[in-house]
Amino acid sequence: MTGAQILIECLKREGVEVMFGYPGGSVLPIFDKLYDASLRFILTRHEQGAAHAAEGYSRATGKVGVCMATSGPGATNLTTGIANAYMDSIPLVAITGQVKTFLIGNDAFQEADITGVTRSITKHNYLVKDVKDLARIIREAFYIASTGRPGPVLIDIPVDVQQKDIEFIWPEEVEIRGYKPTYFGHPGQIKKAARLITSAKRPLIYAGGGVITSGAHHELTELAGKIQVPVTMTLMGLGGFPGTHELSLGMLGMHGTAYANHATMNADLIIAVGARFDDRVTGRLDAFAPHAKIIHIDIDPASISKNVKVDVPIVGDAKNILGQLLEEIKKIPDTSDWLKTIDSWKKKHPLTYKEDGKIKPQYVIEQIYEVTKGEAIICTEVGQNQMWSCQWYKYTSPRTFISSGGLGTMGFGFPAAMGAKVGCPEKLVFDIAGDGSIQMNIQELATCVCNKIHVKVAILNNGYLGMVRQWQELFYKKRYSYTTLYNPDFVKLAESYGAVGIRVTEKCEVRQAIEKAISVDNTVFIDFHIEPEENVYPMVPAGEAIDRMIGGMA
Amino acid sequence: MRHTLSLLVENKPGVLARIAGLFSARGYNIASLAVSETLDPTISYMTMVVEAQDEKILEQIKKQLNKLIDVITVTDFTKKEHVDRELILVKVKYSSKDKTKVENILNKYIAKIIQHKGDTAIIEAVGEQPQIKQLLESLKQFGIKELVRTGRLAIGIE
Repeated sequence: MTGAQILIECLKREGVEVMFGYPGGSVLPIFDKLYDASLRFILTRHEQGAAHAAEGYSRATGKVGVCMATSGPGATNLTTGIANAYMDSIPLVAITGQVKTFLIGNDAFQEADITGVTRSITKHNYLVKDVKDLARIIREAFYIASTGRPGPVLIDIPVDVQQKDIEFIWPEEVEIRGYKPTYFGHPGQIKKAARLITSAKRPLIYAGGGVITSGAHHELTELAGKIQVPVTMTLMGLGGFPGTHELSLGMLGMHGTAYANHATMNADLIIAVGARFDDRVTGRLDAFAPHAKIIHIDIDPASISKNVKVDVPIVGDAKNILGQLLEEIKKIPDTSDWLKTIDSWKKKHPLTYKEDGKIKPQYVIEQIYEVTKGEAIICTEVGQNQMWSCQWYKYTSPRTFISSGGLGTMGFGFPAAMGAKVGCPEKLVFDIAGDGSIQMNIQELATCVCNKIHVKVAILNNGYLGMVRQWQELFYKKRYSYTTLYNPDFVKLAESYGAVGIRVTEKCEVRQAIEKAISVDNTVFIDFHIEPEENVYPMVPAGEAIDRMIGGMA
Repeated sequence: MRHTLSLLVENKPGVLARIAGLFSARGYNIASLAVSETLDPTISYMTMVVEAQDEKILEQIKKQLNKLIDVITVTDFTKKEHVDRELILVKVKYSSKDKTKVENILNKYIAKIIQHKGDTAIIEAVGEQPQIKQLLESLKQFGIKELVRTGRLAIGIE
């Protein structure tokens, strides 16, 4: 078999059904073999779109996402998507072509040292210099990407390695001596944690993306219910605990709910599950959760005590550890007073917005929630559209909310929605976008239309880079420096690609437009002309303690 | 504060770049680094002296190093019995009347002249870093023209 054939054979054996990518000079031998391979290949219109689509696919299905690009610019165009997957711990295998081995280092045409470029944004990467190593490397790449704390792995394959003939040997076992993730919590630590939980008066569960990665949502729901502890989620954790559950406090942090932030600041015990105390969550670090002891459950030891000092660290997989805790906890803490206090915060400071007859973005998202009965997969771009999507849609099951958390990548949502739809064709997939973000990967309209990947894009069009404008309004004396957008006619633009465009300028048309978009068997852009200067509230100003919120306090 | 770590790593191209990249990306400091192959040619041994303001940062450095797939083990010698040495080569200029004086100094250390040309000698010395520091202080009076050092090498006793 040639290297190219080995690659395709290995991908099949790894269970890959679909990949996203773009051809070019340095991957021609692979594309020649793809021509009659049984793998589904989706040609995007930009390599960045391919990387985000692979991530969206992975996040919706739990499988490893695969993307491919040629050497040089093809490879560098993948990097934003790779960095995004790295920050959000999403399993991704990126395959790039490279110039011939004897040309490496020669500044050859379309050469870039992509293993060098991606070293700090991949979990691991490989340059395959000998075809003998190819099968083993592919096997290792999938293993590393999908185990422990998942992440992206890049494999750079020179053209001559793709062409070289060799006997194919499938490595049955993967043995990497420097990589041994821990999956079960240390029994001593579990006991300590159980003791703290039993004696807590004001405990709070703070759940992150690790709950979704490890599939721990059932255990989390069971544990929270059993010990009657409220649950707040990070952006990455949304869907890991039902947003409709009476113990749910929604999201915490900079644009979290007031009651989640108050609960965090008043808790005497925080049980962090697969979350990493990101600065958007903690606000001012030295003021964060001042009364709380902290139990931190995480599969990555380096996440523990990185930002806040932890009292009981438990390294391992969230699902296993929550299971261990469920068995260990015999005595239930009395949290009734605490739940009453939280309830009063919920009543006093609900999420709210002012209704004045105009199209409010919050209203649009509420309507999407109602029409889809909370059962759609919601992808978002980055900025106000993203925060409103966190606040106003209630996610009841994991892998239904897909958003760029750590990196905050504008242009992520649309290709990610495309990937999610490919992975879950029976599901309704929305991208909630801003008029700025949508234009960062709008070329993928062609991919959606020609592959019949019918996603619905709700553009919250305010004519601004809204979140930056909001900061300029609040902290830079309303000096709107380069945040006003000149936009295309999104309806005509969608139509020119063969998609459907709907413009909504009146509040009374909102629901109808959503219903129509869903009923149409095509990709749809709904261009909602929303209140231009609507802000996301509540908001914790950067560097403040998270109970120092402004706005939206009713 | 300075801490000595030893690492067993895969002896592959790019591994050093990964480690150096980790330090620069996360804002850690390497004071010295010595790398060489072990008896097993697939494994390299690194002795690394790192600067960490506090225990938390030292912990992070170790954890982040451990996270690298190509790093097999990380040993922290801060609270572990070990011996460490550094080797230096130092070019010293002195006139013939100072010869005995220099020799007397060298006799107090594990040090010797390995080359002599004109009025310049190349001295080799091995020792723990405080001794090396002392030796260099004493040689300063004659005029040190050039100095190369291996950085600290450390090995555990157990």
